[in-house]
Amino acid sequence: MHIMEGFLPSPWWQIWFLIAIPFLVLGFYQLKRLFAEKREAIPLLAVAGAFVFVLSSLKLPSVTGSCSHPTGTGLSAILFGPFVTSILALIVLIYQAIFLAHGGLTTLGANVFSMGIAGPVVAYFLYQAGKKISLNTFVNVFIAATIADLFTYIVTAGQLALAFPAAEGGILTSFYAFLVIFAITQVPLAIIEGVIIALVFKYIIDVRPDILVSLNVLSQNAVNRIKEAAT
Amino acid sequence: MKYKAELIAGTVILTFAIIFLVTNAAIQQNLGEGEEAWGGADGQAAELIESGGYEPWVAPIWEPPSGEIESLFFSLQAAIGALIIGYFFGYYRGRQKPAE
Repeated sequence: MHIMEGFLPSPWWQIWFLIAIPFLVLGFYQLKRLFAEKREAIPLLAVAGAFVFVLSSLKLPSVTGSCSHPTGTGLSAILFGPFVTSILALIVLIYQAIFLAHGGLTTLGANVFSMGIAGPVVAYFLYQAGKKISLNTFVNVFIAATIADLFTYIVTAGQLALAFPAAEGGILTSFYAFLVIFAITQVPLAIIEGVIIALVFKYIIDVRPDILVSLNVLSQNAVNRIKEAAT
Repeated sequence: MKYKAELIAGTVILTFAIIFLVTNAAIQQNLGEGEEAWGGADGQAAELIESGGYEPWVAPIWEPPSGEIESLFFSLQAAIGALIIGYFFGYYRGRQKPAE
């Protein structure tokens, strides 16, 4: 989903920075509060961040004959919410922009928006909705993470379409063209990402369910039910 | 069943691996000389934009000088992440009370 360096003309790259900054500021404050009040959750935050690191470094082949990579942001969005996730995505995107020339510093705002904000917001709300209708936790995590990954790429296609409307047919035509490149390649990868995140979720429930309860990700009842079903 | 989630994950990944092998065989057969399949989607989008006559207005401040060095940084990124994940899961598991 990286928009490469220099590939967003003025004024689009400034606009995406302006949109991304409030989320990052709020994320920073939430992170500060987390560090002060829920110190036991910090290792889990590190794991969620590391997860974004690993998944976004894996370029996987898709069925369409091109490669793309998962985002890995679903886990952190479900655990800590979209604002904190935007900070994690920022760190990964800066790493890739500086060391790999993958993405770019001028397009950072747009990339943070698609990977760190749009996708995670979708993951967070889907998960919360699923929790409300007491969907099976793992199915819920799978759906949230998969759709979030896919949505990230749809947003990227939208960002490029807005900046580069086709000469004939305008924004919609070029949106469709970018969608073909990004979203279709992404479908299998999104499914794989969803499955892996659901699996990691299981391990977290295994070792530290108390943190999930204190982060309001799962109720104590839900943890008990899952533990009972596992034995 | 205790390992249901692992089984499902394994099956999904295996399915896509098989699909990859089948499509790859088909793609390799139809590939002309000098062409390369399995490029990055990011690059394809960039090509599409450049075909419209757009020139990127800034270049990256630093680019990995070769594909090998690029993959070094990608592996480094994965290694850092995997290290942190493994460390904390090991830490949590080690602190669990032994099962009675």
